[in-house]
Order: sequence, then structure tokens, then C-alpha cells
Amino acid sequence: MTVNDETYRRTVEPRLLLVHFLRDELGLTGTHWGCDTSNCGTCVVWLDDVPVKSCTVLIGMVDGRRVRTVEDLADGAELDPVQQGFVACHGIQCGFCTSGMLMTARWLLDHNPDPSDAEIREAISGQLCRCTGYENIVRSVRWAAGHRGTE
Amino acid sequence: MRRKEDRRFVRGRGTYVDDVQLPGMLHGAILRSPVAHARILSVDTSAAEAHPKVRAVITGETLAERGLAWMRTLSYDTQAVLATDKVRFQGQEIAFVVADDRYAARDALELIVVDYEELPPVTDPALALSADAAVIRDDLDGKRDNHVFDWEAGDAELTDRVFASADVVVAEDMVYPRVHPCPLETCGVVADMDPVTERLTVWATSQAPHAHRLLYSTMFGIPEHRIRIVAPDIGGGFGNKVAVYPGYVCAVVGSMITGRPVKWIEDRSENLMSTSFARDYHMHGEIAATHDGQVLALRVRVLADHGAFNATAQPTNYPAGFFGVFTGSYDLRAAHCAVTGVYTNKAPGGVAYACSFRITEAVYLVERMMDVLAYELDVDPADLRMRNLLRPQQFPYTCATGWQYDSGDYPRALELAKELAGYDELRTEQAEKRERGELVGIGLSFFTEAVGAGPREHMDILGLGMADGAELRVHPTGSAVLRLSCMSQGQGHQTTFAQLVGEELGISPDEVEVVQGDTDQTPFGLGTYGSRSTPVSGAAVVLVARKVRERARLIASAMLEVSPDDLEWEKGRWFVRGVPDHGRTIPEIAMAAHSGLELPEGVEGQLAADCVYNPPNLTYPFGAYICVVDVDAETGQVSVRRFVAVDDCGVQINPMIVDGQVHRGLADGVGMALMEVIAFDRDGNHLGGSLMDYLLPTALECPSWELGYTVTPSPHHPVGAKGIGESATVGSPAAVVNAVMDALRPFRVRHADMPLTPAAVWCAAHGTPFRTDRVD
Repeated sequence: MTVNDETYRRTVEPRLLLVHFLRDELGLTGTHWGCDTSNCGTCVVWLDDVPVKSCTVLIGMVDGRRVRTVEDLADGAELDPVQQGFVACHGIQCGFCTSGMLMTARWLLDHNPDPSDAEIREAISGQLCRCTGYENIVRSVRWAAGHRGTE
Repeated sequence: MRRKEDRRFVRGRGTYVDDVQLPGMLHGAILRSPVAHARILSVDTSAAEAHPKVRAVITGETLAERGLAWMRTLSYDTQAVLATDKVRFQGQEIAFVVADDRYAARDALELIVVDYEELPPVTDPALALSADAAVIRDDLDGKRDNHVFDWEAGDAELTDRVFASADVVVAEDMVYPRVHPCPLETCGVVADMDPVTERLTVWATSQAPHAHRLLYSTMFGIPEHRIRIVAPDIGGGFGNKVAVYPGYVCAVVGSMITGRPVKWIEDRSENLMSTSFARDYHMHGEIAATHDGQVLALRVRVLADHGAFNATAQPTNYPAGFFGVFTGSYDLRAAHCAVTGVYTNKAPGGVAYACSFRITEAVYLVERMMDVLAYELDVDPADLRMRNLLRPQQFPYTCATGWQYDSGDYPRALELAKELAGYDELRTEQAEKRERGELVGIGLSFFTEAVGAGPREHMDILGLGMADGAELRVHPTGSAVLRLSCMSQGQGHQTTFAQLVGEELGISPDEVEVVQGDTDQTPFGLGTYGSRSTPVSGAAVVLVARKVRERARLIASAMLEVSPDDLEWEKGRWFVRGVPDHGRTIPEIAMAAHSGLELPEGVEGQLAADCVYNPPNLTYPFGAYICVVDVDAETGQVSVRRFVAVDDCGVQINPMIVDGQVHRGLADGVGMALMEVIAFDRDGNHLGGSLMDYLLPTALECPSWELGYTVTPSPHHPVGAKGIGESATVGSPAAVVNAVMDALRPFRVRHADMPLTPAAVWCAAHGTPFRTDRVD
């Protein structure tokens, strides 16, 4: 499989969850583990360019496939616009939901560069945040939509 | 100012407890009881011990040999670390497995065989005190019932007299259901008992690292200088991460037994089923008033469900927390409350979820009672509140139960909220829609909080006065390090406290490093909960910065060869009065403090100071909230269309962060009012053990919040700030519930309990309300 464009070959138990593989085997701890039941979305990563909840993906299912995590969003020192937006609009408090929110936001803007607030809310509705009341997350995504040029 | 902490969080570079990886680290998992109340006949761990990846299996018996089977709670009760005699709630800890990885540890749990003799579970707090109820705490000497405490506040006799002569008395029963703070990061720990140095290091999700160090020290008999607690980044706390949980203790013992670090991270079900819940207050309220709507008195009886162990986290003298502030924002002649705490076969806890030590329950009660009274008198709830609010000239105001409110201008806040909401227009719209059979509800709440515990003469936790420390050192080139005893769980301490120092010393907040959470590196203090960081630690920061500034003045006087009295401060520098060009900046002074300069008396050679702040009083933030809901009459579905929140937290340090804190609490209010409940069935089964059952608000249930502020400085806080972390959680649930009740006015519904799920709303509207906190 590839993770953030690096190829990895590992022999692991097939029942290992993708979230644990990323965190414990590869040390990519930006992806978090929050619920086990696909409700909280702190574990969202891209699997072949589609956001998935990595707590519900067995490692056996990703054999030969591509995974992208939050660690791959920035281009070196240059933050992705969604990352910049979350900083500019206080879309972050404790930071635990942030990685998953960022991955979903990036996907949304890739497919809908100028989403309405309702579309942003719909897009992140499978993910929970306990700190922001979502308001500033919505504003952050909108900010990113308005700053595409900086990508 | 943007937050300093965000640059790591957007890159996925935060360090939470589960991100801590140590060489040789093992993983723990807990076997939990499937039943709510049972005697343990035997625990057979032999098969688990034989598992090739298992390094240790710890049972209650293992712990008993070390005197660790029971631990002291924050309320002077005891709690089983691992059950020895009985299990007392579903999900209680029975055994702890230490294995090479977390999957193997979980596998081994399934190899442990426990024999139970089931006992009748006590799930209804009202039945817990009946003579035939099973005694849950038979471990306590001579305990023959499930009674925990009786506590009262106010003048009962005076209150009765006012009630007896009042024109109108209205009573209502209401349940503030059991809910859970449910931070997105669950609780966890990495414990490392170094067998050579005999030093214990514990990385933990802890809102109060110094208090935890003391607890570990007394529990394990390890002196404090050999214990280091590190709270790294915390993924939300909300009171869930104040207590020491059995899993932490077991991880330490696991490390002692194996000689290796042990990590234990609970899963979501464990978090929801076993760690500090919130509320579970069963209240009977009565309100007395005149015919024309002057509120005279409140009388309240509360049955408080504390679960199987009394583990509430609150100041010692306040077993019902600060519920005594239930007089709210109104000028009452008398008030009295009586609270009885009971044991039930449920998880321990009670004070959590941004409750400001139970002011959530108090505000909910009084704000619901105000609406119940408005219903009976058939007056507008905004008018009723406006008529009874305290007036600005009444501050400082001592309420009927003895709390001294520091400052406020309540009518101004309510006026602003009405203006932002367009209150009168909303009432017009509501009337028109009612004609057409559409249900619109407009709900208000006005809250006063008492936060920033607290004066240590009255307030302590386990004998530790609730003061907080701060240490500030300016480095030779003028940047600084600030060390604090409080601990952020997302509130942005690294930013706001750096701003305070920057403001006081005239240096950039970017040049102030804020250190928190590590007991080896920070001064003693009680931590972050009850909205106390800004009122207590924030004050400590300002005072320590002012101390440093005064020290800088002495050094500057030596540099400029003038008397300190001849120096004047402008932001960032001391200069000679009348000669503005003749001055020294903080970096120049800091460098001089380390130079060959002959330093004046009282300065020992660096620019630094420390301080402990013991607050003279609590601070009293307040606010006026208006919620607008649309209710689908066919399905009972409530949607929150608008929410207007006017807050007054005194002087704001970082308005952006204040907004964020309010947003969070408003979402809590929508969640608690409409979705969240931890219910139990008759057998004591926990019915909210996953996020599929315990429903939290998403972006779709939350409207775009509309905020407004007034600023009434606290007279006793050094910069006039009050706490804001919990205001909206405290104030918003009543506004949402009041809005739904208002919408249901055509159905003549006066009260229905949270959460107002579609089913609950539909049943209430059709005259068949049901209890939301249990399933029979």
C-alpha cells in the first residue's frame, strides 16, 4: 500500500484497523481514534482519494491501495488553504477532530470549490466536534474556498 | 490574536496521550462487569495468564495485597479500583490485563472467567431510599441504606413564610437527566515506574496534574518528588478528566509489576459507561409570586443520583456543588433548597460537563420555573424576567442563599438579546404561524454563574485550597517563559496567557512560552475546571507579570542611576519621568539583570518572579439567551432555527477565543436539550454506551450562532475578567427547552423533560409524557 505517496510493505494481522496501523506502525499520529463506531470522524483519511473512517477499515482491505492522511496536506512549509482557514477562523480548539475535519474539507473543496454553508455542514455532518459548535469550522472551510489561489 | 497552538494541530502534530510511545511499552485493557449489581464469587485468570502475549493479569485480589483495591474519591468516599466483593454498576472494573499490544490485551480479557451471584439492581433514585432497596455500599461500615448526604441552603422558615402569604405558588417536577461530557479524546494514561530510579512518570489526560500527583503519592506511598505527572495535549475535557480513574491506577501497578511502561487508553464505550457522568438531578421546584408577576421566593427539593461511589469533584464544603446559586439572576426575598444524595447501581461522577459545579442544574431549574410561572400568569416570559432581574445599582449583591455577586448589568444584556433576536417581530411571526397551525417557539434564559473557585478559606478539594500559581522568567534577551498550574484542554492557554504577559510587560505574546501540565516544570495549583483558569490562573499571571515589572523598575533605576520613584512605565519600558528619551526596555533590563551591573537591593540577578493567587471571591459572568425553534407537529421533530447569545464575562482577553467558548457551550445546550441522555433499563443496563446510542449534535443540528456581548468588569479580578468556559453550557439548555415548551403552547404543555427527542415532544403534545431517563 502507499501512504502519503510512500510505499509500505508490512506483514500484519488482517484484523488490524487502518487507524491503528497508521498510528502505531507508521507513527502517523495525526489521525485519531475516537469511537470505534464510525460516528465521531476523528479518524478520517482518504482511501483512493475518498474520505473514509479508518477505525472501520481493516488493514486487509487496503492492500495495494492509496491512503492519504493529514500529514500530507501541507506542501512543506506551505499550509494547504484548509489548514490556513482553520487557523485564521479559530476552527480549532482541542485539535482532536481537526485532522479528520481537514481531510473532509479538502475533499469537499476539490469537488465543490464554492460550497454553501449548508453544503459544508452536510459534508462534515458525519464528524463530531465537541469544542467549536461547528460555527468556526464552517467559516474556516468557507475561508479556504475563498483563498484557493494560495494552494 | 491567532492561536499559538494551532500550528501543530493543523499538521497533525499535536501530542495526545495515545501518541506517547515509549521503548518497551506494554498495553493494558480492562475487564468490565456485564451486570449492574452482583456478588463476585470467583475470578479465574489462568487462561488469560497463559496467553503468549500477556505479561500480567491484575485483579482486585492483586491490588488488595498492595492495599490498592480501593481508592479515595474527590468527595472523601471510597471507590473500588478493581472489584473484590461486588460489582456495583454495569461496566465496573474487574481485572486489568497487560499485554504486548492492545489487541492481545483485549483478546485475553475474553479468557477471564468471572462467576457472579446477581443482586437486585437499584436504578431509580427515588426507590434507592426505600426500606426494601438492596444496600449497594455494604462495604462501608454499618451502612444499611443508600443515603449519601443531606445538604441545604437558604432560610427554610423565611421561605415557608413568604410562600404562605404569596398570591401565586406554582410547582413543577423536572429531571436534569444523566448526560456525559464525552470529550472526543477518551481518557487514558501511560505509566512508567522506573525500577532503577524508583521514579514514577505518568502521562495522563488530566485537567489537574498537581492534584493527581498528590493523589498518586498518597495512594502508592511514593513521595511527590519521585512522581511526575505530564498532561500533554488534551482532546477536550469538560470535567471528564478531573478524577483519577481505576485504569490509571491499574496502569501504574502494571508498570510496577512488569518493570515496563504501560499504556491504557479507554474506548468510547468505556468512556461513556464508567467515567464521570454529569447531572442526574431530580428536582421539585416551587416558585412564589404576586398576581402581577413579582417573584418572591423559590423552594427546591433535589434527589441527586451519585451512582455507586460518591466521586463528584467539587469543593469539600459543597456536596451539591454550587447548586445554592439557584436564586439565579433575580431579586428574591427568600429561597431554600434541600438536596439529598443517593447511591444507585450506576457509574460514579456527577460534577462534569462544563457545569460550573452544578450551576447548570441550578440555572435550568430557575429558568424553567420562570417560564412555568409565566405560563400560569399568562405573561410574556421576557417581560417577567425583565421585571425581576437584579438592577445594576444592587451590586455587589448578596443573594438569598448568601452568594455575593460581584458585578452585573442584567437588564442591558436582556435588552441587547431581544434587540439582536428581533424579539417583538418573532412574537408576531409566531402568532401568525399559530393561526396556520405551525409551531414556532421562542425561549429565553437568563443565567448568572459563580466561577473561579475559589477563596481557599472556603474552598478546597481534599484539603487543597483552590489557589493557583504562576512563575514568570524573562530570559536575557527579553523573551520569557511562563509556568502555570492550570491545564488547557483546548481553551488556548498558550495564547491567552501569553497575551496577558505581553500586555503587562510590553513584549510580544509570541515571545512568551507558556508551560503547563508537567508537574516537574510548573508551580502547584489545582488545575482547569469550573471555568477557573482565567479568574484564578489568569489573575496569577497578571500579578506575576506586574511583580516582574516592578523588579524591572529596580534594575532600570540602577541602569539609569535614578531612584525607582523617578521612573515611569509605558508599555515595554521604564523611563525617567520628564525625560522620555532616557529609558530602558524590558529586553535591555533583562540583559542587565545578568550583566556586571551592580544590582540594587532586592534583585538577585535575574528578571523573574512567582506568585500564588488566592481569589477574594468568585466571579459572576452572566448572559441572556434567546432560542427560536420550529417544531414539526406531525413528528415532534425540533429544529433550532436561531440562537442569540449575549454574554458578559467582564473584560475579554482574546475575543476570538471567547466566541469559540460560547459556540461550544451553545452546541452542548442543543445536545442536552434535544438529544443526549444516559438512560438505564430496570436491570441496570446502560443504554447510552456508544455514539450510536448517546447522540451528540452535529453541524446539522446546530444553527449559525448569533453572539453579542456586554462588558461589566469584575471589580476584584486584576484585569476585570470573569470565566467564560462554561457559561453557554450552563445557560443554553433552558433556552432551548423553554423554546420547545413555548412552541407546544397550543397543546397546553407546561413542562417536559430533556432530551426533547421527537418521541418525547410528540408524546408531551399528546398528553402522554414519559420519563426520558429510564426505559422500563
